[in-house]
Amino acid sequence: MSAEGRVAAAWNALAEVEDPEIPALTIVELGIVRFAEVRPDGVLGVGLSPTYTGCPATEYIETLVRGALDAADVSPFALTRVLDPAWSSDWITEEGRRKLAAYGIVPPPPAASSGWRTNSAPVACPRCRSTRTECTSQFGSTPCKALHRCRDCLEPFECFKCI
Amino acid sequence: MSGAAVAARAPAMPADPVSRYALRLGDLCLILGQRLGEWVGHAPVLEEDLGLANVALDLIGQARLLLTYAGEVEGAGRTEDDLAFLREQGEFMNPTLVEQPNGDFGESIVRQVLIDAFQLALYERLTSSADGRIAAIAAKAVKETRYHLRYSSSWLVRLGDGTPESHSRVQSSLERLWRFTGELFDEDDLDRDMAARGIAPSLADVRAAWSTSIDEILGEATLARPKDLPYSWYGKRGEHSEHLGYILSDMQYLQRAHPGARW
Repeated sequence: MSAEGRVAAAWNALAEVEDPEIPALTIVELGIVRFAEVRPDGVLGVGLSPTYTGCPATEYIETLVRGALDAADVSPFALTRVLDPAWSSDWITEEGRRKLAAYGIVPPPPAASSGWRTNSAPVACPRCRSTRTECTSQFGSTPCKALHRCRDCLEPFECFKCI
Repeated sequence: MSGAAVAARAPAMPADPVSRYALRLGDLCLILGQRLGEWVGHAPVLEEDLGLANVALDLIGQARLLLTYAGEVEGAGRTEDDLAFLREQGEFMNPTLVEQPNGDFGESIVRQVLIDAFQLALYERLTSSADGRIAAIAAKAVKETRYHLRYSSSWLVRLGDGTPESHSRVQSSLERLWRFTGELFDEDDLDRDMAARGIAPSLADVRAAWSTSIDEILGEATLARPKDLPYSWYGKRGEHSEHLGYILSDMQYLQRAHPGARW
C-alpha cells in the first residue's frame, strides 16, 4: 500500500472508533486524533491527545485504536500521546457537537470563556431550549461532563465540560 | 527475637535535579489525589462526592505524567508505579500541606483552595519552562487546575459567606492550615537551581500571584487572612508530618504485600 493509501486507510479506521464513554461520538469527532503520518522509517505514526489527564478511558482508547489499525492492515504503526498543545473542548468537530446534542449531552461552550473566576454562559436546555438553566455540579458521571438543571421544564441534563 | 537488626535504608532521591523536581511536582499531585480519594463514598452529598473524586482523578493523572518523566530522567529504570508504590516516607517530596487530614468538608475545601491557587500560579509559569516535557505537562494540567480552583473557591465563598456556623468552621480551618503555606514558597537549592536554568519560575513570583488570588477569594468569602507563622517541616525535601506514613500504608499496602502484583 502506498504511504498515502496507508494514511487514508488509517483515518478511515480511526473514524470508526467510538469513544467508550460517549459511544455516540467517534474519537475523530472528539478531536483527540492529532495526526496520522508515515515517518521516514516507514512506521505510521498516530498521535492521540488525552481529554483529561486522569481519564480512565485513555488507555482503553489506545487499545481500541491499536485494534482498529491492526484490522486496517496499515502496520507497522506507533501511537504517540500528545500533551502540548493540550486538548481543548473547542476541538470537538461540528458533526461531533451535533451528535452530542442529539445524544442528550449539551456541547461545551467556547473554552475562551472559562477562566477560574468566570462561569461559562448559561447553556440551553436540550429538552425545551430555555436558557434559564443552572449548573448543579461542576462534575458529573465521567471526567468530561458537568450537571445542569433547567429552571423552566426542570429537566436535569449533562453538559460537556469546557476546558 | 533474634538480635539481627534491620538496617534502615537511607532515603534515595534521584541524583538528577530535573528528576527530583519532577518528582516534587508529581508527589504533590499523588498525595493530594490519594487524600481526596478518602472522600469517595463519604462526601456530604453525591454531587460533591463526584466533584472531589474527579479532582482526585485529575491529580492522579498529573502525578502519572510527572512520575513517569522523573523515572525517565533518572534513567535507573524506575516506572511511575515503582516511584508511587515502592518509595519510603523520606523519599516523598510533597509539601506538608497536602498530607494533612481531610477534616470536615470545609477543611478539605480550604486545603484545596490553598493548593489549587498555588498549582495554578505555578503551572501557568511552567508552561514556558525551558524543559519541554515539563512545559507540555503544565500546559495540560493548567486547564484542569483552573477548573479545580473554580470549584473549590466557589465552595469556600458559599461556606465563608454562609451561616455563622459554616463561617466559623472554615475560618478555623484556615487558621489551622495557613501555617503550612509558607513552605510552598520557601526556595531551597533545588528551586534555585531550576529557576536559574529557566526550568521553574521564581517562587517569589508564584507567591505574589497566589497571594492575589487568595486575597480575592478570602475577601469574597468574608474570611480573614491569617498571619504568617514560623514552621518546622519541609515535606518538599522529605521531612514530613506524622500523617504521611498512614497515607503510604494505605496506598502501598498491596504492592508491599504482593510485590509485582498486576491485574
